[in-house]
Amino acid sequence: MGTAIKEQACIPKKMRIKIKRADISKWGWAYLMVAPTMIGLFILNIWPIIQTIYFSFCSSGDFGKYEWMGTDNYARMAADVTLWQSTSNTFLFTILSVPLGVCLSLLAAQLLNTSIKGKTIYRTIYFLPIVSAPAAIAMVWKWLYNCDFGLINYILSFFGIDGPGWNTDPGYAMISIAVVAIWSSIGYNMIILLAGLQNIPKTYYEAAEIDGANPFRKYFSITLPLLSPTLFFVIIISVMGALKQFDLVYMMTGFKNPVITQTRTLVHYFYTQAFDISDKGYGSTIIVFLFIIIMFVTWLQFKGQRKWVHYN
Amino acid sequence: MNFQTMNIDKMKEENINKILVHIVLIIGAATMLIPFIWMILTSLKSFHEATSVPLTIFPKTLKFENYSSVMEALPFMYLYFNTLIMIAARIVCALVFSSMAGYAFARIKFPGSKILFSLVLVQMMVPSQIFLIPQYLIVLKLGWLDSIPALVVPGFVSAFGTFLLMQFFKALPAELEEAGVIEGCSQWQIYGRIMLPLAKSSLIALGIFTALFAWKELMWPLIVNMSLNKLTLAAGLACLVGQYEDITDFSVLMAGAFIAIWPMLLIFVIFQKKFVEGIALTGTKG
Repeated sequence: MGTAIKEQACIPKKMRIKIKRADISKWGWAYLMVAPTMIGLFILNIWPIIQTIYFSFCSSGDFGKYEWMGTDNYARMAADVTLWQSTSNTFLFTILSVPLGVCLSLLAAQLLNTSIKGKTIYRTIYFLPIVSAPAAIAMVWKWLYNCDFGLINYILSFFGIDGPGWNTDPGYAMISIAVVAIWSSIGYNMIILLAGLQNIPKTYYEAAEIDGANPFRKYFSITLPLLSPTLFFVIIISVMGALKQFDLVYMMTGFKNPVITQTRTLVHYFYTQAFDISDKGYGSTIIVFLFIIIMFVTWLQFKGQRKWVHYN
Repeated sequence: MNFQTMNIDKMKEENINKILVHIVLIIGAATMLIPFIWMILTSLKSFHEATSVPLTIFPKTLKFENYSSVMEALPFMYLYFNTLIMIAARIVCALVFSSMAGYAFARIKFPGSKILFSLVLVQMMVPSQIFLIPQYLIVLKLGWLDSIPALVVPGFVSAFGTFLLMQFFKALPAELEEAGVIEGCSQWQIYGRIMLPLAKSSLIALGIFTALFAWKELMWPLIVNMSLNKLTLAAGLACLVGQYEDITDFSVLMAGAFIAIWPMLLIFVIFQKKFVEGIALTGTKG
């Protein structure tokens, strides 16, 4: 009897415990489920960010010995002509490749968003460079660009133009790399933009038709504003990718080629310093510098988006 | 009558427009295809044919020797195998770990979830090169330099995948797990039996995305692995260029490039619909 009363008196408390227990078991599952990702993320990404920032203030000896040097690396960076050349090359590459690349992707997406036959075939062909290894792409283009036996100069010769060695002439080397970058990115951006275009409800156009809007009006007052979030995303991704350019420069110019002065990007310089010369301290400084540049450029873009990106 | 002629005029105009669209698209498609065609044609030419002016477009006799000589220069069987293992391991890791974490972040309220998820976002915003030196040091400490596991390391977890699947699971209606709770399922069972099957298309998209980026990765394999037979196809090709930099026998190089890319091209052409859907999904949700 006594125990029964006791038990009854305890019910609210027990229930509270029960709820808590249910919560705890729920939390337990949650922690278990995020554990692999969070542990991996911490070891492979979060801690390395802190480490890299720390290394950027260090000189690196053999096998992971790092000695604190304060801001020496940053002072060295400020006076490093190669670094500033690489920075300006990186920006030049971004300016050469992103605007034209995005415009062409938009054009391709727009054309594929019409009611024509063979869309799948076009889409597949435009996407081919995306599924090819950048090393292979760079090799083919190097061959197409070849001064004496390249297809491009051969075609130009029909028009009486004596083409330069596109990827070996300092004046053209960066443009040549940007062309390959554009060529190999159109398919990817096009697919994303096409998905954005297809999400625009047809009713908007029907309404505009009734109002008698001309195609230009329709494009600038319906298509572009409604596509602007997607376009903004594509631009953000493209700019970030361009600022991190490495593969094409590495493959098309290599290290020995004197043109490297004109084509060396920041990530390429980072790679050389950190893994070729094995100066991991200074390499870290370069990559922290790039990190700051990317953050700043992205911040600028997000600030600028208010003027042209429409979210409904 | 008047109305009809107007209609015919409009149809004519539309047809002309369509032809114009096709012309522009065909020019684009030719620009995309010519480098690939030129790669294959060159790979079958003799050294003399490839390097004589005026250029020979089609080789007189197909010189398959280029393929055998490039296969002597590069251990392609190892490269295929390593690439396959790396991609498979990264896909499995990304799908398993990201779907678990994505589910927990989207569907379970637990203390600290916001802070933990913000770490996922941090990883996505930072340029990945910032991780490289410490990741290299981890591989060095594990004694994994110049090995196949080293290739997988940076892809062990996928912050992007976690984000993508979190978004997917968040959009599902609450009734789904309520039914599970009533039946007395644990969170694990709700995840495994109810949620995961629904996420199929997102998982496929993430798998394709992971495969594509692992396949294209160039810098990481070059950093951690030195032996030719421990590299991936992309990195192996880069070494081939180094070997032939002075010889510049482009026919052999083109043969190498073609051997490296045809499997992925074939897989893509067969599953192109899934690829395109996957990229569109990862692009618009990310």
